[in-house]
Amino acid sequence: MGATEALRTQSSEQRFDVARIRSDFPILGVKVNGKNLAYLDSGASAQVPTQVIERLVRYHSSEHANIHRGVHYLSETATAAYEDARTKLKKFINASENREVIFTSGTTNAINTVSHGFGRVFVGAGDEIVVSEMEHHSNIVPWQMLCEEKGAKLRVIPIDDAGQLLLEEYQKLLNPRTKLVAVTHVSNVLGTVNPVKEMIELAHAQGIPVLLDGAQGVPHMKVDVQDLDCDFYAFSGHKMCGPTGIGVLYGKASWLDKMQPFEGGGSMILSVSFEKTTYTGIPDKFEAGTPPIAAAIGLGEAVDYLESVGMDGITSHEHDLLMYATDLLSDMKGVRIFGTASEKASVLSFNIEGVHAHDAGTILDDEGVAVRTGHHCAQPLMKRYGIPATVRASMYLYNTVEEVDQLAVAIRRVQQIFG
Amino acid sequence: MHSKQLYQEVILDHNKKPRNWGRIEAPSHQAEGLNPLCGDFIRLTVNVADSRVAEIAVEGESCAICKASASMMTTNVKGKSVDEAEQLVSEFRGMATGSLEPSQLDHLGRLIVFEGVKDLPSRIKCAILPWHTLLAALHAQSSVTTEGDLDPVPGS
Repeated sequence: MGATEALRTQSSEQRFDVARIRSDFPILGVKVNGKNLAYLDSGASAQVPTQVIERLVRYHSSEHANIHRGVHYLSETATAAYEDARTKLKKFINASENREVIFTSGTTNAINTVSHGFGRVFVGAGDEIVVSEMEHHSNIVPWQMLCEEKGAKLRVIPIDDAGQLLLEEYQKLLNPRTKLVAVTHVSNVLGTVNPVKEMIELAHAQGIPVLLDGAQGVPHMKVDVQDLDCDFYAFSGHKMCGPTGIGVLYGKASWLDKMQPFEGGGSMILSVSFEKTTYTGIPDKFEAGTPPIAAAIGLGEAVDYLESVGMDGITSHEHDLLMYATDLLSDMKGVRIFGTASEKASVLSFNIEGVHAHDAGTILDDEGVAVRTGHHCAQPLMKRYGIPATVRASMYLYNTVEEVDQLAVAIRRVQQIFG
Repeated sequence: MHSKQLYQEVILDHNKKPRNWGRIEAPSHQAEGLNPLCGDFIRLTVNVADSRVAEIAVEGESCAICKASASMMTTNVKGKSVDEAEQLVSEFRGMATGSLEPSQLDHLGRLIVFEGVKDLPSRIKCAILPWHTLLAALHAQSSVTTEGDLDPVPGS
């Protein structure tokens, strides 16, 4: 019995209670064009469970004030809740200290905090930054801007046709001029889970720090930043059942202490005069201005939620769905899958022969199937495969085999229309 | 809006067999159009003679809506005066964004198959891109994108 039949016969209630999980997400009941919604776009943004929604309501109803400022009751309540969220995030990724968890507006902001804060101090003319061919634009453009400013050079790790990084080429790129390696933990287009632990060891052997773009990593698998030994890890709240506008930059305190603040303003200073300003320590040094307090608290609640379900169960459920979807789509004539790495997260990119991804997306939407179409903010990767765009189905804890079936039916509908 | 209403036979046909497909050598006017959101890319080459669109050709890579729109645009503007072509651009744009009076729709002839995009905000730009590109070519702009200041149509 293959993985697919196993999933079919063994009821979801026995292994992973999808029905119960789905009941936590009111939005999954939305009808689209009279059809049941099959939300297969969690890679772009995940849905939010009632627990998080209710936490946001409670915060706004009875706890809100600005943090770290007032001496009054509400300010202290809000501050405690905000810092409690930091503790939850710290435990979730197993950082060694709370101050290593910086709240940002998202992954992009987290990466820019490093490109500015680290780049200003440690990168100069002739230095090199290593990225990979499968990066999201948010892990390319900040480094490109830094290189341009400093006269440094961007070096790119190539991939094979399956969508796996070529580690031999990676090793060749590392040299005494390399100041940082910035790679994605999981590809947002191909689903490839990169061998980041091994890559970090190789970089560290030459004293090079490593930043991981974890936007597609943390939501889907247990991440232990100390075990990985990464120097920076960036991720977003809205891809892990939290609100938008919040994300995290994890950084080793030893690096964060030496970095310059990205933004200047309130909360990040010890004293200000027109002659000289001195900064606070981490994490405040990197949290200028009033942070997204409610969103941070909501993200803390999302962490509680994911932990109550269990990250290992989520990973395994997603893996089963990916196997099922891959088998199903591989058997469909005229469907080409992109990204066939041996280690994959539940991201399935594909194209339908003779049909542009955007046309496919519009027709899939008619059938109630929500997918992402386009270049997925990874134009260099599209170029590598010689295609303008793909359709991407990305699955999460609340998705079901039936939704994957709905996707397959919708793909046949596309093929009918385009004959 | 149901996609089967949008993906009508005429659009599918023009997508499969786009008319005036290719490139004019040494054109009097040309422009490239890019939709950075979806990667649609088209190149228009035009020969204007006696203030008329004497020849027009299109090439590129795009979704069916954009390609069919480009194809049908070429057949509609070929032979028309530059003024008439620009008028048609304005009407097409009005139809696609839903701002055109229903009474004016007749003027667009078969182009009304694109009316459905007005209910699909993410696809309006696909349909309009060729028309913006035509305007850019006629106004001697070399390129146009659906994003930002280069968009030659006011208010978009």
